[in-house]
Amino acid sequence: MVNVFNGKLLLGDDMFGRLSERIGSVFNRLKQRRKLNESDVLSVISEVRVALLDADVSLPVVNLLLERVRKRAIGREVISAVSSGQMMIKIIYDELVAVLGSDKQSINLDYAAPVSIMMVGLQGSGKTTTAAKLAKRFVNQDHKKVIMASLDTTRPAAREQLRTLGEQIGVDTLPIIHEETSIATAKRAINTAKLQGYEVLILDTAGRTSINDLLMTEAKLVKDLVNPHEVLLVADALTGQDAVNTAANFNERVGVTGVILTRVDGDSRGGAFLSMRNVTGKPIKGIGVGEKVNDLEDFHPERIASRILGMGDIVSLVEKASQTIEAKEAENISDRMLKGAFTLEDMAYQFRQLRNLGGLGSVIGFLPGMSKLQKQLTSANIDDKQLKRQEAIISSMTRTERINPQIINVSRKRRIAQGSGTDVGDINRLLKTYTEMAKIMKKFGKLGSKGVINALIDDNNPLLNKDAMLHMPSAIDSDYSRLHNNRK
Amino acid sequence: MIQHKSSNSSSKGWLTRLRSGLSKSSRLLIDGIGELFTKHRLDKVTLKELEELLITADLGVETAVKLTGNLACKKFKNDLTSAEIRIALAEDIVEILDPVAQPLRPFGHKPFVVLAVGVNGSGKTTTLGKLACQWTSEGMSVMLAACDTFRAAAVEQLKIWGERAQVPVIDKPYGSDAAALAFDALLKAKATASDVLMIDTAGRLQNKTQLMEELAKLVRVIKKQDDTAPHATVLVLDGTVGQNAHVQTQVFREMVNVTGLIITKLDGSSRGGVVVSLAQSVGLPMHAVGVGEGEDDLHSFDARVFAHSLMGISE
Repeated sequence: MVNVFNGKLLLGDDMFGRLSERIGSVFNRLKQRRKLNESDVLSVISEVRVALLDADVSLPVVNLLLERVRKRAIGREVISAVSSGQMMIKIIYDELVAVLGSDKQSINLDYAAPVSIMMVGLQGSGKTTTAAKLAKRFVNQDHKKVIMASLDTTRPAAREQLRTLGEQIGVDTLPIIHEETSIATAKRAINTAKLQGYEVLILDTAGRTSINDLLMTEAKLVKDLVNPHEVLLVADALTGQDAVNTAANFNERVGVTGVILTRVDGDSRGGAFLSMRNVTGKPIKGIGVGEKVNDLEDFHPERIASRILGMGDIVSLVEKASQTIEAKEAENISDRMLKGAFTLEDMAYQFRQLRNLGGLGSVIGFLPGMSKLQKQLTSANIDDKQLKRQEAIISSMTRTERINPQIINVSRKRRIAQGSGTDVGDINRLLKTYTEMAKIMKKFGKLGSKGVINALIDDNNPLLNKDAMLHMPSAIDSDYSRLHNNRK
Repeated sequence: MIQHKSSNSSSKGWLTRLRSGLSKSSRLLIDGIGELFTKHRLDKVTLKELEELLITADLGVETAVKLTGNLACKKFKNDLTSAEIRIALAEDIVEILDPVAQPLRPFGHKPFVVLAVGVNGSGKTTTLGKLACQWTSEGMSVMLAACDTFRAAAVEQLKIWGERAQVPVIDKPYGSDAAALAFDALLKAKATASDVLMIDTAGRLQNKTQLMEELAKLVRVIKKQDDTAPHATVLVLDGTVGQNAHVQTQVFREMVNVTGLIITKLDGSSRGGVVVSLAQSVGLPMHAVGVGEGEDDLHSFDARVFAHSLMGISE
């Protein structure tokens, strides 16, 4: 279904290929054995080491992780249903989850009001935007009365930025007094929160480098003054090896209670997650996944571990898709799909949704086995422009044609081609794709949602045994024997 | 009140500040190298460890392999001191960086149009503010266009920089079309015979296809007035960024033909090693480094200073 597109995809690069791809090539070389032997494990580990480093995981964290993997892997029996490679994936996946922290923790607001939350971090890490996202969540989900205050007297218009965001989301902000010091503002913020009955106070602070003594001392002063329930370190998911220094310095100098990683919607490989979590020992209490005030999500270690391993962030994709696609429309489509009645209108709608999700580029990152899929797409020359073109063709059809494509004869094809600025060949290709998609949709109807995901996975990817993969995130070792039994 | 204006400390000299910033961050690296070579000969294990040390400075695997490979060829049989290793490494790094160290000079066109692009929070607005101050003080007439119409108070932020540099800032209300604003700004820059027009854009992650296309549109619209513009498209990179800098550079380059890089926030604990691997892999000019939040905290990229600072070698 991908071969109808032309054009170019702005993704993928051999030299900086995904971690999953690197690991994949190592695993593919492993011979099938009954037990994982030391030389196999060590050869995997030395490759994974480089791959993790290249994925911006900090060296001490890489060492720790791989030592745990080594201990667990050597001598382990390989269950006959899975390959040695899959066995190693499972072990590495488990250790990744363990380092990321299996404890899901959100921000607890059950304290005497006002509950204060202080944001700290480097310049440009996303503190102000995250403050507004948190405020919106506290208002909408926790039904709290929230006030935000900016202590950032350094960056031009930083306080105005918080005020504007507050206006956008309908959350109060502390009135700005120019020439006021950050300490004085902090005092005024607490008093205002107390006197005016706010339940939550969010304090945004100036960005600071973690080796700036003066500013780190100031942050500590503010913290001692406010005694916040949470000190959240906001860090950029694109951060490299420095993640470990930033995390350690903020934790030692100021003391943090949790980490929020931003720009997780980018295509970084997640190394900062491992580093930050490991160095601070503090939970990751949220992830920023976009520029809009709703784009804050809970952190799920399993998902990030899956993403690092290239098993795809399936759950995230489904969630995001369900938010973007209007619920009613989606229901209609899935109803029709289940009946096998998939029309060209549905197809056009899906193209539109794909674009709404942020374009092919951002969707692909979520999909399992993506590094190979990405290459397929690149070789098939798919891009968003092509999606638009397909939509144009469908738009040039009459409603009857869209519902009953079999009536489209040569003369109709000519008309459609003229209307959409394409040629008859394009129409034929689109119709062929439609037929194929309709067939798949029929199958989906029988398989249910898991089947949909399976169909997205490249059959040729030896890494991704479909059954094993679907169970992987929740798998404990016994799942392997269960899988094994299922097969018998 | 704790004052934080690094421009006050200009008497200290930016070289010193860059070095003290970098040397703090490279201390680990230096300690590591010192430890390696007081204990071991330069054997394969040592080289492997050295390679990893370079990787932890964000140099990237490929560059680290190349540098340690060079070292192995040259000096494998000698007993080396830590200082000798550092100097040898710094020399190789200078060799990589020297060809790309090219300052940004806004000459040859009037108005000379500079477009700043990059991911969110990399420091585009601050960098343009600093450039405006510097070029104005050199006697050029500068105009700023606040084309980040998306982020809250981004326009206000640039306007404050405009006041500092005493240059006009062209803006439109929140949510306006950035390309149309750029078009108008270029008209105004021509009408007022400005020497330089600097266009600030909204931050965007390179994998957001629609936002990247928006940027490409902005460039197309500018070209309708002057098909040689923008005369410099500067990708502003956060100095703490890891290997994702490569993808950023690649995608921004494909979309808007990036002509040079500015690396910011090198006054922190980040080692900035990605600069070295970028120079090796992409070879785009490195115009400047940002080392603080003050007007003077932007400096031409100097390969030697950078390499020596990274390796902790005093001049």
